[in-house]
Amino acid sequence: MKSTLSLTVNGVTRDDVVPDNLLLVDYLRDKAGLTGTKIGCDGGECGACTVLIDGRPRHACLTLAATCQNAKVETVDGLSRDGRLTAIQRGFHEKLGSQCGFCTPGMIMASEALLRRNPDPSEADIRDALAANICRCTGYVKIIEAVQFAARERTA
Amino acid sequence: MEYLPEMHLHNPATVEEAIRLHDAAPASRYLAGGSDLLVNIRRGIEQPDHLVYLNGIAEMHAITDGPDQISIGAAVTLRELAESVLLREHFAAVAQAAGEVAGPSHREYGTLGGNLCLDTRCVFYNQSEWWRAANNYCLKYRGDTCHVAPAGKKCFAAFSGDVAPALLLFDAEVELAGPDGRRRIALMDLYRNDGMDHLTLTSGELMVAVHVPKMPSAIPTGYAKSRVRGSIDFPLAGVAVRMGLQDQLIADLRIGLTGVSPLPFLVRGLETFIGRRPDDACLEEVRDVVRRQAKAMKTTLTPPHYRRRVAGALAQKLAESIF
Repeated sequence: MKSTLSLTVNGVTRDDVVPDNLLLVDYLRDKAGLTGTKIGCDGGECGACTVLIDGRPRHACLTLAATCQNAKVETVDGLSRDGRLTAIQRGFHEKLGSQCGFCTPGMIMASEALLRRNPDPSEADIRDALAANICRCTGYVKIIEAVQFAARERTA
Repeated sequence: MEYLPEMHLHNPATVEEAIRLHDAAPASRYLAGGSDLLVNIRRGIEQPDHLVYLNGIAEMHAITDGPDQISIGAAVTLRELAESVLLREHFAAVAQAAGEVAGPSHREYGTLGGNLCLDTRCVFYNQSEWWRAANNYCLKYRGDTCHVAPAGKKCFAAFSGDVAPALLLFDAEVELAGPDGRRRIALMDLYRNDGMDHLTLTSGELMVAVHVPKMPSAIPTGYAKSRVRGSIDFPLAGVAVRMGLQDQLIADLRIGLTGVSPLPFLVRGLETFIGRRPDDACLEEVRDVVRRQAKAMKTTLTPPHYRRRVAGALAQKLAESIF
């Protein structure tokens, strides 16, 4: 069965006819053409598909698109403005928080959610907020430094 | 993992409408957060044709502070539970347990009802279709042998929800709604000791709310779990402890366990500790009682003897730390 889905993705209002069994991550990548959000484990274990729904981090691979009626969805694709990176993106760039890069979109969206509600997080706060995001390259130290960099930039 | 099969999604606005929709469709499942159900569907261990989505039902989202009890809607998210000032004050172990479920992004959409009705888990069951097929499936689904205990005819898949043992400390009751109306049962009676069929829900029944009676005076409680990855994982063993002292002696002691058997349960025989001083020797005996009753089976890659020992150790540590 299909239904009409109305929502905003990165500030743009969209109306699409979507099948009931379409996952949000496939909707974002295949229908909306926003391939920043990655498919890692497909089971909620890696966090690569993390997006913000109404400002809160969620797994796009465990969310049915049709349940996002009237929701405000944000992905990594929508963060930069006019070619300028946001603080958290600059943090990952400057502090080498990204190596192979596959986990980065999820890391950045989970960090973004953290910094919006807690502009001055402790290292423990950062570790807690990123607990559901797995990185196989960095060992996490550079990622934490990236978030700390972004927190300083945002409040400076 | 496999793509999702063709399904019909329904969006009821009331509990009664949800039950009607569920009743009308032959193979239907209730869907709330979906953090477990959608994974299980993609692994082929659930195959519903219809999903009845519960998050649009306002009644199921409320936390209500009554004079004698606190009522929590079944669709309240685990993050809301963990952050609730009301719960932290009255039922600390429940808020702690909710905050220990999976990772922060799961808790944003995982719900109380989903955690209490979580399917039992086993290393031979929570696998992909091809993995299970190569292993001739298992007793819990499509097979005829339990690979954990091949000689028996019983399924030992472990209940792995974190919140249930904490709620058991407080005599919580669950409100269920089904085609025959509503009923209220003790949370303990929601479960049975059978990994294949561990919930006593009747066909089409759904959990609407959990009611927890307030205690006359605050008694310290806490929850702790052991898991493979400290950041995000199901419990190898989860322990909830409630221990009240009077004149330095134990006046109240309850311990709830999860992750070590097909159902969450309260440890039996703790009344012998009432009136004793909670010194090291006493708490070591508590540890041994817990260890004896935590009869974990080979349902995880971590061996059962470790899970038994860690359940006892967690109970001992919690009891030492909460008062």
